[in-house]
Amino acid sequence: MSDVFVLGVDMIKFGRFPDRTVPNIGAEAALMALDDAGLTIKDMQALYCGNLGQANAMVGQRILQEIGQTGIPVVNCANACATGATAFREAWMSIKAGIYDVVLAVGVEQMGKGLLGGAGGGDGIPKEGLLGSGTMPCVFAEAGMEHSKDHGTTFEQFAKISVKNHHHSTMNPKAMYQIETPLDVVMNAEMISYPNTKLMCSVNVDGSAAAVLVSEKKAKELGMGRAVRVKASALASDPYTDRDLVMPDVNACTRLAAEQAYEMAGVGPEDINLVELHDCFATAEMLHYENLGLCKDGDAGRMIDEGHVELGGKVPVNVSGGLLSKGHPLGATGIANIYEVCTHLRGEAGERQVEGARLGMTHVIGLGTACGIHILEKV
Amino acid sequence: MSEKSLPAVSYLKIPDDGDPYLEGHKCGDCGAVFLGERSVCSKCFAREKMSAIKLEETGVLHSFSVVYRSFPGIDVPYVSAIVDLDGGGTVKGNLINIEPDPEKIDFGMKVKLTYQDALGRKDKEGNSYLSYFFEPA
Repeated sequence: MSDVFVLGVDMIKFGRFPDRTVPNIGAEAALMALDDAGLTIKDMQALYCGNLGQANAMVGQRILQEIGQTGIPVVNCANACATGATAFREAWMSIKAGIYDVVLAVGVEQMGKGLLGGAGGGDGIPKEGLLGSGTMPCVFAEAGMEHSKDHGTTFEQFAKISVKNHHHSTMNPKAMYQIETPLDVVMNAEMISYPNTKLMCSVNVDGSAAAVLVSEKKAKELGMGRAVRVKASALASDPYTDRDLVMPDVNACTRLAAEQAYEMAGVGPEDINLVELHDCFATAEMLHYENLGLCKDGDAGRMIDEGHVELGGKVPVNVSGGLLSKGHPLGATGIANIYEVCTHLRGEAGERQVEGARLGMTHVIGLGTACGIHILEKV
Repeated sequence: MSEKSLPAVSYLKIPDDGDPYLEGHKCGDCGAVFLGERSVCSKCFAREKMSAIKLEETGVLHSFSVVYRSFPGIDVPYVSAIVDLDGGGTVKGNLINIEPDPEKIDFGMKVKLTYQDALGRKDKEGNSYLSYFFEPA
């Protein structure tokens, strides 16, 4: 089987674009990724499109209607917050299978403002606030509180994650925000769902990201100069655990995908130079230090206290600013974090460059549950 | 419109002659307990081994959050709680009759189920609903 390479990859600056359409936002990133690869839509053999909000509305085809209707196969996919990573993985699989040599993956989302999630719906009466809360800040607060219960993790430690990611975003011009948020500001922001304050919740933004994936044969033909090798691609659904259907278990699903990704790449967590992981809430990032094997179980609090996960630390996490500050356009996030890691492996990340980065990991998890992990390697 | 209160969720049972209770479905092969009816066990994959059981009224607080912002019209703050029931089954619900202050809520505290009107919520036909809540035991 051929190795698969990212030849072109880019994302738009995340923001709020209420006057544009979803395909139009997606088309912009698609053109940017094509330009980055030095190719055109005529070179693409298939398009894999990830979008959640208009999952039944043929977003991929409508992107081609804006940038070139060449008649190639289009697959539209939706997989909660793992949507973009799933589209990327489908593209990767098509090359692995030997079907295509050059394909395009696009992730795009247009979001409203406000709380996501909510319990119940359907018949009868609304269940939100009656049977606990199904809002995302609460669901991830409950997951974080489980860590507090087991390991004594504090509100302050969770808050420090938000301080770190907001600091990182000041060096990323494509992030929604570039604003320092000191610890007292994070902790004193409006409490949404304890321990997640407003500044510990990801930002709902509009955005898109895209990647051109090629086979080894094609990469050699076109020039390997800025190519990045996809060393592993893993996708897991939630394995049975006792509380999963009542309290979505983001830990077991991530651990399963991580184990598969490390095995496929033939590397271990100690080999990874940077990680873009799913910090949909500050509480979530804490859990994933352990889930991804970046530290031993119970040591996550120390990872943030001792600075191991900040730029310049042992394994910088979310140097892009993460979902907390860069923003979280659901369907785009999985490819945007691949863009971030590729940018570091190419040595093009400017002020926030992780020096000497050779191996990077991306991780997303969507409740329901889907976890997508990619390991990328500098060529 | 029904004269009696309707159950807020399908796994809350209101017998004509007796007290309300929560119903679980337990796998006869592996013992996993689920809320809601099903015919196949997603833990051990056994088919047609599920049987309805009455869940216990007591349990321990596994995790929680104090919710300060919810959707418009919903009273805050309140405690959203994940409870492991004695005898099996995990249930999510509001923890009431306790100050909604994270400092004053202990993991592992004993709680019990209580059945009350669903915070005055009615459906389009004007029906009242009965719901379940947790309170300190």
